[in-house]
Amino acid sequence: MPVQVQGEVLSMRKVGAYHAMTVVAPGMAELTRPGHFLAVQVGGPESSMLLRRAFAIYDVKARGVYGGTVEFIFSVHGKGTAWLAARRPQDKLDLVGPLGQPFKLPTHPATAMLVGGGYGSAPLLPLAATLRQRGCRVDFVLGAASADRLFGQLDAKRIATSIEVTTDDGSMGRRGRVSDVLPALLDRSGSEVVYACGPMAMLKAVTEISSERQIPCQVAVEEAMACGIGVCMTCVLPVIGDDGQTRMVRSCVEGPVFLGDRVRWDDVGTLPPDVVGSLNAVGDSHR
Amino acid sequence: MSEVTLRPAHQAPSAPTLDMSTRLGSVTFPNPVFTASGCAAAGQELDQFFDISELGAIVTKSIMLAPRSGRATPRMAETPSGMLNSIGLQGPGIDAFLDKDLAWLASRGARTVVSIAGGSVEDYAKLTTKLRGRPGLAMIEVNISCPNVEDRGQVFACDPAAAASVISAVKRAAPTGVPVFAKLSPDVTDIASIARACVDAGADGLSVINTLLGMVIDTDTMRPALGGVTGGLSGPAIRPVAVRCVWQIRQALPDIPILGMGGIRTGLDALEFVLAGANAVSVGTTVFGDPRAPIRVLDELARALSDRGFERFEDAIGLAHKPPVLYVPEDPDPIGDEPAVVFHPSVAFEGDG
Ligand SMILES: Cc1cc2nc3c(=O)[nH]c(=O)nc-3n(C[C@H](O)[C@H](O)[C@H](O)COP(=O)(O)O)c2cc1C
Ligand code: FES
Repeated sequence: MPVQVQGEVLSMRKVGAYHAMTVVAPGMAELTRPGHFLAVQVGGPESSMLLRRAFAIYDVKARGVYGGTVEFIFSVHGKGTAWLAARRPQDKLDLVGPLGQPFKLPTHPATAMLVGGGYGSAPLLPLAATLRQRGCRVDFVLGAASADRLFGQLDAKRIATSIEVTTDDGSMGRRGRVSDVLPALLDRSGSEVVYACGPMAMLKAVTEISSERQIPCQVAVEEAMACGIGVCMTCVLPVIGDDGQTRMVRSCVEGPVFLGDRVRWDDVGTLPPDVVGSLNAVGDSHR
Repeated sequence: MSEVTLRPAHQAPSAPTLDMSTRLGSVTFPNPVFTASGCAAAGQELDQFFDISELGAIVTKSIMLAPRSGRATPRMAETPSGMLNSIGLQGPGIDAFLDKDLAWLASRGARTVVSIAGGSVEDYAKLTTKLRGRPGLAMIEVNISCPNVEDRGQVFACDPAAAASVISAVKRAAPTGVPVFAKLSPDVTDIASIARACVDAGADGLSVINTLLGMVIDTDTMRPALGGVTGGLSGPAIRPVAVRCVWQIRQALPDIPILGMGGIRTGLDALEFVLAGANAVSVGTTVFGDPRAPIRVLDELARALSDRGFERFEDAIGLAHKPPVLYVPEDPDPIGDEPAVVFHPSVAFEGDG
């Protein structure tokens, strides 16, 4: 169950191309599991930006000198994130969280492959720590456009049995995409479960590679969200349910973590005719 | 709208005896702050943040006969002090809604305004018939104004005759004692004439306004930003349009209950609608940024009314249409300077245009 808190910025740091913000948010840390996200109000009380900005939760500390804290990673995309980047310690910040479904953990000490694209690695690092506590083997593949757009590779190195890094421009690690190296790594590590977070195209590729090997794959998606709490229906994706039927499902409540092979990647952004209640269904009388 | 007695200047605010109840047709609600259709789903999510039964009512997302997928994504674009949405009435269909959502709302003790939407007059009649005998149903809001449909000709609220035929069909099928409100679109030349057509067809009240049809082009992709190309504009950006619509309908139809909405963010915003003639208000888009907004707006509205010396919410309804009254703001420092006297002059002065 999420809480809404008036938090206070504790610290801001720059990590490559990204910003890491730690906020004192009493009551939120205790409830947070890896994969949860939070939603931040931007622009102050008279803001002309009405919608919250959603970010995966990176690090949490339930107790500390300052009370519980949460940390999240973001890059400046527009006015809202530019405003966030200009916050300073002690500034007030209205947060709602933790939100969404966290990653599901294996019941036995499995061998896990964690695949992160850009700052999509943020929720994977606490996941890796949790998996290790449960005796799982953790391997990492992190990819980004360039070295400054990688996040958490040092932390990952500490936690993981192995780590492979790719960049599109070759400025760090192997030149190429995570999907270029993933098949061989899965085979070499004997991975039994895959977790991924990053851009949609990467999630689709990771899902396909995992499915070919019949390895269950959980992905955390990033969809445009207006509310983050399930009331607006803007954040939907075509997802196949247990009954085999595809529905437009809210990524903020039913997600952001989905089983990769349940998401109809090629149909994201369209309205497949076989979705339940599809407006594009053949012969539908009321469009 | 009864006579108003305002507190004499300098008299301390009376004890918290403010009566916030409001009557919409045959039903009295404990207070005038509701959610807005499509901005609170069916209440469950918001109940995590505050006790939804403390609101005047929950207005549920417009429900159709069959399950419906809605439109393709992207479904929203943020705009200055507002947003565009093109959800396209995604929902589970009336049967699942009644068994799960309305039943839950009733068990929660919430008063529910069920919003219905259809593609034909017959759809609306069928939907209404299904609402008979359902516990928790306080009122029916007939959404005849959703802009997110493929065919603009389907927007019944753009044509007085079409609007009237939907409303009379719903009225015929509606359970007795359950008011029927028509939800109107601002995208018309003369909203008062549509309102009048609905009232003549039997509507017990009017919900104003639905979103304005709008559009955003993404300058990077150089294509429309929304999957559905056009969408509905909501939020504070549309508030003056909404207040104007409430004002015009109140002027044309002095005795018809109005549920006002459009960009309400604070208690004072709500008070604007009430003074323009709204008997209750819905808080919509603001919820996306502040899940506690409806209950906060209720508190702020109550405080704003007490500050102005009201003892009954209903005394404020439509007051802006009446001759000017004196309002003396509370003097924060009674021994200090004289308080500023704010009043609306009934004479014009030079240079006031
Ligand atoms: C995402 C979204 C979905 C909406 N869905 C509906 C709906 O299903 N039925 C309806 O009558 N109005 C719907 N509306 C309109 C609102 O109920 C309200 O009339 C309008 O947004 C103006 O109020 P606001 O500015 O406070 O949001 C929707 C608005 C938004 C933003
Ligand atoms: S972001 Fe509003 S329902 Fe998911």
